[in-house]
Amino acid sequence: MQYMLMFYDSADGFACRTDERAPAYFAGWNAYVQALVQSGVVRGGNGLASPDSATVLRLRGTEREIHDGPFADTKEQLGGYFIVEVEHLDAALAWAARAPCAGTGGVEVRPVMNPPAQA
Amino acid sequence: MPDRTRLTVEQVARASYGRLLALVAARARDVAAAEDALSEAFAAALATWPARGIPAQPEAWLLTVSRRQLIDVQRHRAVQDAARASFAVLFDELLETTSEARFPDERLRLLFACAHPALERGIRTALMLQCVLGLEVARIAGAFLTTPAALGQRLVRAKRKIRAAGIPFDVPAADELPVRLDDVLDGIYAAYGTGWDDADGADARSAGLTAEAIELAEAVVVLLPQAAEPRGLLALLLFCDARAVARRDAAGAYVPLSRQDTRRWQLAQIARADALLIEAAQPATLGPFQLEAAIQSAHCHARLGATVPASAVLTLYDGLLALRPRLGAMLGRISVLAEVAGNAAALDALAALPALRVAEYQPYWALRAHLLERAGERAGAATAYTRAAALATERAVREFLLARAAHGGPEQA
Repeated sequence: MQYMLMFYDSADGFACRTDERAPAYFAGWNAYVQALVQSGVVRGGNGLASPDSATVLRLRGTEREIHDGPFADTKEQLGGYFIVEVEHLDAALAWAARAPCAGTGGVEVRPVMNPPAQA
Repeated sequence: MPDRTRLTVEQVARASYGRLLALVAARARDVAAAEDALSEAFAAALATWPARGIPAQPEAWLLTVSRRQLIDVQRHRAVQDAARASFAVLFDELLETTSEARFPDERLRLLFACAHPALERGIRTALMLQCVLGLEVARIAGAFLTTPAALGQRLVRAKRKIRAAGIPFDVPAADELPVRLDDVLDGIYAAYGTGWDDADGADARSAGLTAEAIELAEAVVVLLPQAAEPRGLLALLLFCDARAVARRDAAGAYVPLSRQDTRRWQLAQIARADALLIEAAQPATLGPFQLEAAIQSAHCHARLGATVPASAVLTLYDGLLALRPRLGAMLGRISVLAEVAGNAAALDALAALPALRVAEYQPYWALRAHLLERAGERAGAATAYTRAAALATERAVREFLLARAAHGGPEQA
């Protein structure tokens, strides 16, 4: 099955990218991504720029509402994602548990939707 | 003869439902679809066996029909071809390799799927009871303080998630097993506790839940013979169950352990529980259920006349709390502490518990009342007994506590 691993992190977790903890932060992620790729399960994925770079658009009638910031103002924000192909949920959860943000934020694991059958 | 057919079908359903469901579900990776396929197979058996005779291997017949049924459903659903093919292969292997011998018992795989932490915590036990023991929703609902319709919906949602999220039908990897096994055992213990709390039989639907829980625990002991904690859990349940009837007197009034008529205890069950506990100690992996069972064993044998030093029980509680610091065990420890170090020390220990957590915890108020009563503080005891009574969920327990409150003296204003 294909799963999306969505890496959520706290504000402090995101701060690691730019303060003195940056070398350790990126070393951790690099090691993780390398292990993922080498295992052959990755089908795609990326890190995302910090949440303050996000813009949300909604169409209301003909109005384009554009907001500064991420979709929801929550304690943890999406910081990146991978699509992995593994046998079952436990295998996906095992990869989620290894993510550097698992301890400071969390990882949402969701199956990729199978397109409905064509009639 | 139709009657004989119906009887055979019912026998197979009773004896093998969980095993058959586990076999089908593990291959389809879909509990709901497996249930549907299996019930179609049972219906087909009722329709065709009277004319054609009962097959030599009813289970194999039912599995073959279930397999065909599932493949039809998957074809209609247009599930990815690869998934359908692998399911068919897995099933054919099963039918080939087990055509003569007994089918493998895969209930453990089903049990772990039902108790998966990705499912809502409150539904796991009901799911285990329904899938592994084949209990009907109507029968389980009362025990979970809900209506059959509401519970049915939550069960449907859980089964949908098992399929959609790709929850595996497997015994977890070795490093995950202890934690995941705890989930399974906790679920069984919760099922037992739910039945135990209903000693008055106020809700007939939950009667028998204690027996079902013991049956599940027996199943886990058989399925995981190497593990110590399932034996610890089974021993714990048997120690409790051996005393179950003695908790009420002839008039239905509550009888505390210290005053129970031990002639009404099931001594054979206590002996079996002791033996299980000794077996569990062989692999020397101590766990919370073994410690709880050992504490129950000590309580039982003390009442049966053995000399059990309270300090030894206190040590067991210390071990239990180190592994699992739960409020119930903290209170148990304090009640033993009263024997070892005296009333004042026990009351001090009670006062040290976090006030917020004990405010609505009935055993806390009952123990506090008991200790105050022994210390001669009648007014304080009466107040605590009244509070405990107000928090009790069982009629007999409430009446017992109210009687103690009245005995203790007038309540302070």
